[in-house]
Amino acid sequence: MSALAARAKLPRSTMLRSLALVVLVGVVLLIVSYQLGPFDDLQLANGAFYFAVLAGLTMLAGLSGQISLGHGALMAVGAYTVALLIGNEGWAVVPALAAATLVTAIVGVPVGVAASRLRGPYLAGATLAFAVGLPAVADKFSGTFGGENGLSINPPTPPSFLGASFSIEQWEAWIACAGALVVLFVLWNLTQSGLGRSMRAVRDEEIAAALCGLRVGRTQAFAFTVSAACAGLGGGLLALVLQLAQPGAFPLQLSLSLLTGIVVGGLGSLAGAAWGAAVLVLLPRWTNDLAHSFSLSNNVSSNLPLAIYGVVLIGAMLVWPSGIQGGVRALVGWALRARSSREKD
Amino acid sequence: MLRIEKLSTHYGAVRAVQEVSLTVEPGTVTAVLGPNGAGKTSLLRTISGLQRASGGSVALDGEDITRMAVEDIVRRGLAHVPEGRGVITELTVEDNLRLGGLWRRHGAAPASEIYELFPRLQERKAQPASRLSGGERQMLSIGRALMARPRVLLLDEPSLGLAPLLASQIMGLVRHLCETLELAVLLVEQNARSALSIADRGLVLDLGRVVAEDDPRRLAADEGLRHAYLGF
Amino acid sequence: MTKFIDLTLNGISTGAIYAAVALSLVLIWRATRIVNFAQGAMLMFTTFIASAVINSTGSYVLGLLVALASGLVLGAVVERVVMRPVESAPPLNAVIVALGVYTLLVAVAGMIWGNTPRSFPAAFSLRGYEVGGTRLLFSPNDSFIVLVVIAAALGLALLFQRTSLGLRMRAAAFQPEVARMLGVRVGQMFTVGWALAAVAGSLAGVLVAPSVFLGPNDFDPILIIGFVAAVLGGLDSPPGAVVGGLLAGLALSYVSGYEGSSLVPLAALVLLVAVLMVRPGGLFSASKERRV
Repeated sequence: MSALAARAKLPRSTMLRSLALVVLVGVVLLIVSYQLGPFDDLQLANGAFYFAVLAGLTMLAGLSGQISLGHGALMAVGAYTVALLIGNEGWAVVPALAAATLVTAIVGVPVGVAASRLRGPYLAGATLAFAVGLPAVADKFSGTFGGENGLSINPPTPPSFLGASFSIEQWEAWIACAGALVVLFVLWNLTQSGLGRSMRAVRDEEIAAALCGLRVGRTQAFAFTVSAACAGLGGGLLALVLQLAQPGAFPLQLSLSLLTGIVVGGLGSLAGAAWGAAVLVLLPRWTNDLAHSFSLSNNVSSNLPLAIYGVVLIGAMLVWPSGIQGGVRALVGWALRARSSREKD
Repeated sequence: MLRIEKLSTHYGAVRAVQEVSLTVEPGTVTAVLGPNGAGKTSLLRTISGLQRASGGSVALDGEDITRMAVEDIVRRGLAHVPEGRGVITELTVEDNLRLGGLWRRHGAAPASEIYELFPRLQERKAQPASRLSGGERQMLSIGRALMARPRVLLLDEPSLGLAPLLASQIMGLVRHLCETLELAVLLVEQNARSALSIADRGLVLDLGRVVAEDDPRRLAADEGLRHAYLGF
Repeated sequence: MTKFIDLTLNGISTGAIYAAVALSLVLIWRATRIVNFAQGAMLMFTTFIASAVINSTGSYVLGLLVALASGLVLGAVVERVVMRPVESAPPLNAVIVALGVYTLLVAVAGMIWGNTPRSFPAAFSLRGYEVGGTRLLFSPNDSFIVLVVIAAALGLALLFQRTSLGLRMRAAAFQPEVARMLGVRVGQMFTVGWALAAVAGSLAGVLVAPSVFLGPNDFDPILIIGFVAAVLGGLDSPPGAVVGGLLAGLALSYVSGYEGSSLVPLAALVLLVAVLMVRPGGLFSASKERRV
């Protein structure tokens, strides 16, 4: 592991830059959270925990080239860990979230090792089986895991120094955003480091990378474990925000929505994960409004977000593979070129 | 008859074939020679439609086939025996042959004709093509091409990887088929000496361009040319 | 002992259904090198159509035929419109597109028919045969299932091995460029391959529907176990698909009988991982390493 650690050492400037970015984003989110009402703060919290998962997943798929359809199940691991620790054992929020991240990372290790030996459709199929198979464990051991109804926890109460009028939703948004910022900081540094380069090398030319001495299996497994940790944190935050961990919250659909999120946002980029999180939070809301204004039947409106996800997945691969972030980059590039050509005149 | 005028093709930014013109009459063999990377295989692949032409034209018996898909070009009487033979190893010898004549339906040659030409193939007809030797595979891919009774035959390096005796036998066979079946044969070869021995016309390509075109005996007699491009 | 026999017989009939799904996955893999993750949703959709036909006409046979026909059309349309552009792209793209088709079909089915489950009639009696006073867990309907799947597998085998169409399809699958050079319209062969595979899938859907409450999501396990079966036998091997289906059916039947049905998806996962770790190419593979 020390060789990997050595490659993960970074030039100080990257770390400082990312720290500055994280602080900046954190301040912006703080200000925004005061402007939003409780419902919107809750949506912000949702977006934050989606970002945590998507960031790990997009790194896995985009940088490391591994497609996982099982991250919904990994979120479930994090969620149940938090629910058990806070609900049954009375742990505080931060230790519980840290534990959830760690536990899911540990679960992610054997999965990652197995995944590192699989390619393409085999990996997709195996993670698909994982996504459907793991939640069944909650059913089998329904004593500990609360069966169909799951486990519920009390909402986290904001500390008294914030004032009596500080809403629970805003506090949840703060916690979730803090988690998202941690993920942002860690992943940005990781992807800019030597480890990030190793992952890209393995993704692009696996055999050449192996011939250069890169430990392909370990790189892949490590990437998977990191993304599992992110999913665990995201799942833990989900449990906190929903105050509930139950099998019904982690169907196959969730893993597929996560996939849609990273594809639509732009594979392999953290900004793309942010776009994806926004889509996952806002799209159901917009389709709901759409359904109401057109008085669509319940059948149609409840399935509309899913239908749109399907169209988006197909359309993205056929027409716009680089996602929103790719579009943004193209726009910025065009704007810069236009400005420099104007300056030349 | 095959007529090619100023045909060009690109690999991205690299020009693989540059404004090559040639004509192949029925019953004649035209040899295309040159060093590695000269664009010989690209030329054949562009003619048969596997690669897009970026300029110029290809006409088969007067019909412009430049922009056609390979399946359609093949159905107009052109057969291409690719580099490496292109034998489908997962199929039996018999199935490979049958496949060659399928699109013709009623006009295809009966397999017995091909077996007469290549008795070795008949011996092995039920075996998977993976079991064939290099020479047998060459016979199979030529036989398969003949099943559709083509008028034009493109051959890409038929002697590649074959022992000299076998290679010259294959060359002799190509000449014989060309004459008896009135085929217009375009033959790409690195083994310039044996190709020139059966050709009616010779072309030398280098870096995609035609650097010489002449009667094969005169090409073979030009020592400077031979040393520079043909390797003997 | 009777429990073991019951579970074995049950395993054979469920195995036949998994074999049909596996066969459909293998056909598409061989033809276009894509794993059709949308297969479960496609067969769900055609089964819903069959259900609507049966409910309005009362004829099971008509429903079955309509299911097969709509499968043919659906398979052809999906290949031609959505899959064709990604057949030569990196594998990740095709996986995402297939999942997109899956998601879309599930959503549209929910929109048209609602998410509440409904029942589907069986072709024959569901009461087990009586042998020497005991009632087996194997009914005339189960016999029907096994016979139909065997017939379908044999039919497909004959098609591929004995007909010109089959020869062209095999050539297009093994070496598409060479096939094109022999005048084979490779694109059409891919479409036919998908269409036939979808028919096999639709057959599986109609056969399994009586034992599954018909909701848009209820066919997910069938796809996953079908995938496991296909991998077991080797994605390149149609006979392997049949054997894999049978083995998967038996294994999961025993798990369900002795440990409870909720563990079946997990058992499928364990089976899949076990096979992939030991023989990444499946049991019937020629153990060819990854091409360098």
